[in-house]
Amino acid sequence: MIDALIILVKFIAAIVWFLVLSLYLTWAERKESAVMQDRVGANRANFFGIRILGLFQPMADAIKMMTKEDFTPTFSKRFLHNLAPFLSFFFVAVTISTIPFGSNLMIGGREIKLQVVDLNVGILFVLALLALSIYGVILSGWVSNNRWTLLGGLRGSAQLISYEVALGLSLIGIIMVFPSLQFSEIVGFQKELLFGWLPKWGIFLQPLGFIIFIMAAMAESERVPFDLPEGESEIVGFFTEYGGLKYGLYMFTDFMKVLIIACLLTTLFFGGYHVPWLYGDGFHFPWGGEWLLPHGIVVLFQVIMFNLKVFFFCWLQILVRWTYPRFRYDQLMDFGWKFLIPLSLFNIAATAFFMSL
Amino acid sequence: MFRLFGYFFEIIRGSVITARHFIVNIFFHTLNLFGIKTKRKGAFTIQYPEQKSEIAERHRSLHRLMKREDGKPRCVACKLCETVCPSECIYIEAAEDPDPEIQKYPSTFTIDLSRCCFCGFCVEACPEDAIRMDTGEVELAEYNRKDMVLDLEFLLNESK
Repeated sequence: MIDALIILVKFIAAIVWFLVLSLYLTWAERKESAVMQDRVGANRANFFGIRILGLFQPMADAIKMMTKEDFTPTFSKRFLHNLAPFLSFFFVAVTISTIPFGSNLMIGGREIKLQVVDLNVGILFVLALLALSIYGVILSGWVSNNRWTLLGGLRGSAQLISYEVALGLSLIGIIMVFPSLQFSEIVGFQKELLFGWLPKWGIFLQPLGFIIFIMAAMAESERVPFDLPEGESEIVGFFTEYGGLKYGLYMFTDFMKVLIIACLLTTLFFGGYHVPWLYGDGFHFPWGGEWLLPHGIVVLFQVIMFNLKVFFFCWLQILVRWTYPRFRYDQLMDFGWKFLIPLSLFNIAATAFFMSL
Repeated sequence: MFRLFGYFFEIIRGSVITARHFIVNIFFHTLNLFGIKTKRKGAFTIQYPEQKSEIAERHRSLHRLMKREDGKPRCVACKLCETVCPSECIYIEAAEDPDPEIQKYPSTFTIDLSRCCFCGFCVEACPEDAIRMDTGEVELAEYNRKDMVLDLEFLLNESK
């Protein structure tokens, strides 16, 4: 009974964390792009005259989306048309369940993993579900019964096959270095030290793998340098026939993907929730100092560190989104097939070589 | 391959530029948030309705008609402005003035602001310096088209 309750609480906490942060990522994106371009950004949304840096903007956007007409074109298939955005949303929302937020928390003699489910094939699960979310894109393009949305969906699927291979191959290196597919174990391996002082994070063992993964993952999130399926600014995208909250769900899914990619980057390449030199009983600095902390504070430090790393990668992805123009279609294919895949194969070979030394 | 690496160098340089803008601007934003006055601001934005930029001295804004010393319009209804107006937004009806030195005055003088393109030709054409566009009023939107037609009474008695 109490175990089921714990799982329920963990599940609700994870999904609320995920959704609230994705919601505020829209605000963060507006503000960050504005600051980058010497502007102020959305700051007018207020609640009885109180506007704290426009923090109510996501609520205003949500209300706007909800009050719009939920329109289904007569020439589309109603059930599938309604299903498509939820497919996209669901497959991305589920992935948060495998991400570890901190190490085990002891409460009343009970050990609670700060992770909703600790799958032994966590990486495969996340990759598979992220790849499945493209089905929502293809389905929406096809079911709208509009040739331009169909082309948008096709662009989405073509983009998928050109980056998904590199995305998987770039993670082979990580799996070779940290021999597990389980997120909690991969994070556990990164607790150790390299040369006695450097934390054994994925980025230090797999710098090339990190570069390939971050590029392929940005293609996964379908935002500007790789936003061929939608192409908001010029070409007609796959969600042209959607309006109101269903369109909002697609936009929201984009931000959730940004967040889940930041979580993956943190977990696989930046030591997950680990603070450098922080162990179960406190800090043990490599230069000999010690700072012992109670268990609860250690877990709190870990959760805060995880969040900070995730925020950093969200920041980085928004920076990339507001810096670069879009890839041309053939350039994206070339980039995926002729550059990322050979480079990731080279990464695997180099990793194998260094490990056999 | 070399071209590719040049491309990557430029890509990284681009993101360094935007990141530098972000960091510098967020630094000044944070200082201003805590009430520290700095010479440089984080953004060039003017928060419009509360904060207005200064209008240039030789701007063109809402029209006004000048008065003589006794309060009558300076306009002699020569209709030069009506003739020169490219958007045909001025309509004048002349009437006879009892004063033999003036002879004519406008009984109606309407400007349809919804048609006016603020070219300022009427000001240049006027031989009597009776019409000017220097009130500084630039917020001229109305909910109703009828409200944008200004009559003689209004044009004569503007604040400036």
